[in-house]
Amino acid sequence: MTTVRDTVSPPAPPPARPRQWVRVVARRNEAWTFTILVALVAFFSIAAPGKFFTVYDITQIAVNASIYLVLGVGMTYVIITAGIDLSIGSVLVLAAVAAAEYNIHHGAAAAGWGTVAVCVVIALAVGTAWGALQGMLVATGRIPSLIVTLGGLGAALGLAEIATGGEDPSGAVAAHLQNSLGYGKLLGIPWLVVLAAVVTLVFGLVLSFTRFGNYTFAIGSNPAAARRAGIPVARHLVKVYALMGLLAGLGAVMWLASYGTTSIAGHSTDNLTVITAVVLGGTSLFGGRGSVLGTVIGVFIPAVLTTGLIVIGVQQYWQDVAVGVVLVAAVYLDQLRKQTRERN
Amino acid sequence: MIALPVAEREPLLSARGLVKHFGQVQALQGADFTAHRGEVVALIGDNGAGKSTLVNVLSGVLAPDGGEITLEGKPVRFSGPMDAQHQGVETVYQDLSLAPDLDATANLYLGRELFLGGVLRPFKVLDRSAMRLAAIDAFAELGVSLKDVTVPVAALSGGQRQSVAVARAVAFARSVIFMDEPTAALGVVQRGRVLETIRRVRDRGICVVLISHNMPEVLSVADRVEVLRLGRRVASFNAAQTSIEELVGAMTGSLDEPTAAVRNASDKGSAL
Repeated sequence: MTTVRDTVSPPAPPPARPRQWVRVVARRNEAWTFTILVALVAFFSIAAPGKFFTVYDITQIAVNASIYLVLGVGMTYVIITAGIDLSIGSVLVLAAVAAAEYNIHHGAAAAGWGTVAVCVVIALAVGTAWGALQGMLVATGRIPSLIVTLGGLGAALGLAEIATGGEDPSGAVAAHLQNSLGYGKLLGIPWLVVLAAVVTLVFGLVLSFTRFGNYTFAIGSNPAAARRAGIPVARHLVKVYALMGLLAGLGAVMWLASYGTTSIAGHSTDNLTVITAVVLGGTSLFGGRGSVLGTVIGVFIPAVLTTGLIVIGVQQYWQDVAVGVVLVAAVYLDQLRKQTRERN
Repeated sequence: MIALPVAEREPLLSARGLVKHFGQVQALQGADFTAHRGEVVALIGDNGAGKSTLVNVLSGVLAPDGGEITLEGKPVRFSGPMDAQHQGVETVYQDLSLAPDLDATANLYLGRELFLGGVLRPFKVLDRSAMRLAAIDAFAELGVSLKDVTVPVAALSGGQRQSVAVARAVAFARSVIFMDEPTAALGVVQRGRVLETIRRVRDRGICVVLISHNMPEVLSVADRVEVLRLGRRVASFNAAQTSIEELVGAMTGSLDEPTAAVRNASDKGSAL
């Protein structure tokens, strides 16, 4: 057939001169947060020459950040679907307690490699199952993720406390696990950091380049459109929440290896820390936009701030103030961008 | 007023006596519908006449409570919109059904992605460059100029977004495209462009079913007009031989007597 191609004039882009810079900044959230991170590192390096920028500090920052990074990767997926997971700290504790209980009865600190392997599987399985359950409630029960995971936060922690009587059990972790994953190094890099880096890389690639990632974005962007396009929305949401649970379980293994205890009371603010990092990294709370790379940057901003403030001798609590301000600013920019876009 | 020459061809898509109710509400009460390859059929009717329900039933979104649908002479029963799509029936929804954060290419291929082969095959890695090239072709074929098929759809103008939704339907449709109020949100220039697109799609041998409130638009682009009232087809006109007055009359029922007589639409016997 002959297609008569009429002369289509290219639609002129609306100029909107005022606030142009805001729009440019808002469009590239990652670049913007990365600039902040670089500026922080530069500032502390200059303010405390030779002290901040040492191998020890970098390693310490990375080790501290590694568990949050693993959780943050999962949270990035969840937030891109326009959901949220408040339960991660409790799920981590529940998974850790489940693994610890097995370990206590199978050799305690002197447990062999077989027990270590079973403990790892238990932690991952408990996390995944809990996440999948929450995902099902969100996807098919049509309960807002905020509520499902708020309930999950209480319930998972409660179960962990029931199992242990509220006390961190002794003999929770095998020495093998601590000496390998906990303190071990690969070419001078702690195994915890290597593990977190691998997880980040793998799921970063999955998000950016595979159908799984594409579905995640599509569902967060317009669930009705995703459904009409034949995407199994409910099944995909279950997978995303299960992934979050799996990574919380992995976080439990990393925590046990690193600290040798379940720290039942020590994870109540993990959710806020991780959500802050993800949002700082430019992932939109409205769903549909975000990246694992941004989350990496977002995790390191608070970590760098804490270490940097200690190094230059300022009370580290200023970190909380600074992060709080930056977080609100980041969401404001996100909101602004959404409005600019929808005015179209 | 009846398009007899057209009606004598074997219809591409036809429905007989479709019934659909939502609780007490009878949305379709024995509705008929006929569409042929290579024609633009306008489906008109007053608010609540059952247009949307009919389109949803014909495109697989809703399952009918009664009646039958045939596609290319064979009876079909769509299990869902995906099933209809597999059989070559596409829909451009009024809200466009696009993911605003994804780019035009990703939207075009949403749910029908292309993957890299070889060792990466099991991982379902997207073949972005293949999709982008095909998307550029698809848009060019419709005479749509998108400067960049990799910017989020949200950054496009209303007309461009419309084009993306239409291009998606056209790229995969083999028999019928339903378009629900495709020009309602558009300016004059963009409106003309969409109508031009509809004609082009028709010239490729695809049937376009246009749901519209805009009578001059209906008469300018449609080959045939089917009128729905109170859940049934009350008239079918050849667009070249009818007028706005006649269409409005059929929609509102003031011409009910003669049309009912000619169409014999009440042979299913369901009383109004």
